Amino acid sequence: MFAFCTDPSTLPDWQWFACYLTSGTHLAFYWSFVVVMVLILLAAPFALAFGFAGALATRSHMAPIRLVGRTYTSMVRGVPDIVFFLFIPIAIDQALEYILHQVRCPDWDMPIRRGNDFLVCAQAKVPLSSSPAWVHDIYAFSLALFAFALVFGAFAANTLYGAMNAVPKSQTETAEAYGMTKPQAFRRVLLPQMWVYALPGLSNLWMILIKATPLLFLLGIRDIVYWARELGGQKTGFYAYPHPDWRVWYFLVVLVFYLVLTACSERVFEWLMRRFSHGQATAAGERQRRAAA
Amino acid sequence: MRSCQESFDAYILRSLGGDYGERLLPRGVDITLCDQVFLIASGLIWNVYFAALALAAGFFVATALAVAKFSENPFLSKPASGFIFLFRGSPLFIQFFFAYEVFILLPRAGIEINLIFTTITAETRWLARATSGALVVLWLNTSAYTAEIFYGALRAIPKGDLEAADAYGMSGFTKFRRIIWPTMMRLAWPSYTNEAIFLTHATTLVFFSGFPAWQQSGDALYYARYFADQTFNPFVSYPIVAAYFIVLTLVVIGLFGMANKRLNRHLPQTVRPKFRFRPQYIR
Repeated sequence: MFAFCTDPSTLPDWQWFACYLTSGTHLAFYWSFVVVMVLILLAAPFALAFGFAGALATRSHMAPIRLVGRTYTSMVRGVPDIVFFLFIPIAIDQALEYILHQVRCPDWDMPIRRGNDFLVCAQAKVPLSSSPAWVHDIYAFSLALFAFALVFGAFAANTLYGAMNAVPKSQTETAEAYGMTKPQAFRRVLLPQMWVYALPGLSNLWMILIKATPLLFLLGIRDIVYWARELGGQKTGFYAYPHPDWRVWYFLVVLVFYLVLTACSERVFEWLMRRFSHGQATAAGERQRRAAA
Repeated sequence: MRSCQESFDAYILRSLGGDYGERLLPRGVDITLCDQVFLIASGLIWNVYFAALALAAGFFVATALAVAKFSENPFLSKPASGFIFLFRGSPLFIQFFFAYEVFILLPRAGIEINLIFTTITAETRWLARATSGALVVLWLNTSAYTAEIFYGALRAIPKGDLEAADAYGMSGFTKFRRIIWPTMMRLAWPSYTNEAIFLTHATTLVFFSGFPAWQQSGDALYYARYFADQTFNPFVSYPIVAAYFIVLTLVVIGLFGMANKRLNRHLPQTVRPKFRFRPQYIR
C-alpha cells in the first residue's frame, strides 16, 4: 500500500501497523464487512416480499393456498433457523443439479446417488466447473441470500399477518361502504395503515437479521468471522508480519461493529416510527397532532 | 450392517464421549438410518444440558439485572443497561468466538488472587471447554434477554397493586417478594416462554463456534451436519434434527404452560389469561 512497506521487519511501530492494516488480506477483511451489509440490505426486501406473499396466502379464502401459507409461517417456529441455513443451500443446489441432469443428459443410465456420492453429468453441474471463480462466489452468495430470505420471510409473514388483522375492521368496512371493491379497499385503506402496526415487529426482525449474518461463515463464505479467525491467528516468522495470537482483538472489532450497527438501527427505527405514526388513528399519532396544534 | 439394536447400544450415549459406546463414529457407506436417528438423539443431551442450566442460572441474574435497571440509582441502572445492551446488541455467534479467545488467553496456571492473609488460585482452564465455557456465554446471554423482558414487566405492574401494598404497610423486600415479583412473573411469562424456546434453539450454535468438540462429542446439529457431510444427503439428517427440535419446543411450551397456570391460579376463571403460544420472535 505505502512505499515504505517493502521490508516490514525494519519499520517503526506506527509504520508497521500502517502497512499491516493495509495488506491485501486486510483489504479482503474490510471488504467482507461490505459483503455483510450487502447481504442484510438485499435479504431485507426479499424477506419482506416472501413475508408479504406468505401473509396474503394465510389470509386467502381458498383452503389449499391458506394451508400453504400456514405451513410456511409455522415452519420456523419449532426448528432452529441455523438448521434451515445449513439445509436450504445444499438442498437447492442438489435440486438444481438434479433437474439440469434430467434435461441435459437424458441418456445417462447410472443412478445419481451411488453409495454416498451425488453424481450428475458434467453439463449439469451448477455452476459449470469451467466457470470462473467469481461465478462460484456469486452462486454461493445467492444461495445464502435465498436461505436468509426464506427463513426471515416466514418470520415477516407472521408479523405482517398480525398487522393486517390489527387495522380496525371499521376502516375496511367504511371503504367498502364507499363502493370500493375488496382489492381496492386492500390497496387504498388497509395497506397504508398496516405499516404502523407492523413496524415494531419488523424492526425486531431487522435486529434478528443483523445478528444472523455471522452464520454466513457456516455456509463457507469468506465473511467477517472467517477473516477474523484467519488474520488473528498466530503468524510465525515465515509471514511478512509476524505477530502472536491476536484473534481476541479481531473479534472485539467484529463485536463493536455489530453493536454500532444495532445502535444505529435503533435510531433509524425510532425516526421511522415517528414518521409512520403521523396522521394515524393511534395514541402516538394523536399525541403528535396535539403537539402540533 | 448394524442392526437397529446395535446402533442404539453403540451411539445413544456417544455424545458424552468416546468411552460411552462406540469410539468411532459411523463412516461412509456404513451409515444406517438407525445410526442417524440414535446418534442425533444422543446429541440432544447437550442441547438440553445447555438450555436447562443456562435458563435456571439466568433466571436469577435476570431478576437482579431487571431490578437494577429499573432502579433510580444511576450507579445500578447504568451498568445493568450497558450489560443488557452488550449482550442483546451483538450476535451470540460472535459472543461465542470472542469469549473462547478470551478464555484461552487466560493464563494456563490459573489466576492468583491475592487476599491479604492468603493467596487463592482460580482455575481457569475449564473455561476453554465447551461444556463450561459455552455455558457461561449462554448463561450471560439469556440473562440479558430475560432481564429486558422482566424490566418491561416491571414497568407494567399496575399502580394500584403497589399502592395497596403500601397501604398494608409492606415495604422493601416484603413488598418485592409478595407483590412485585409475582406480578412481574405473571406479566413476563409469555415472553419468557419465547425466550426459553429461542435459547433452546441457540444451543445448536455452540459446536459451530470456537469451542472444539472434544472426542467428537457434540450436540444434535453437530451430528446432523456430520452425517450430511458424510453421505452428501441433507434430506435425511436435517429433517431428523428438525423433528427432534419440534418435540423439544413442544416440551418447553408444555412446561412453561404449566408454570403459567400456577402463576395465574388466583385469578377468576373467566379473567384468567389463556396461555397460548404466540411466537413473537422477540429476541
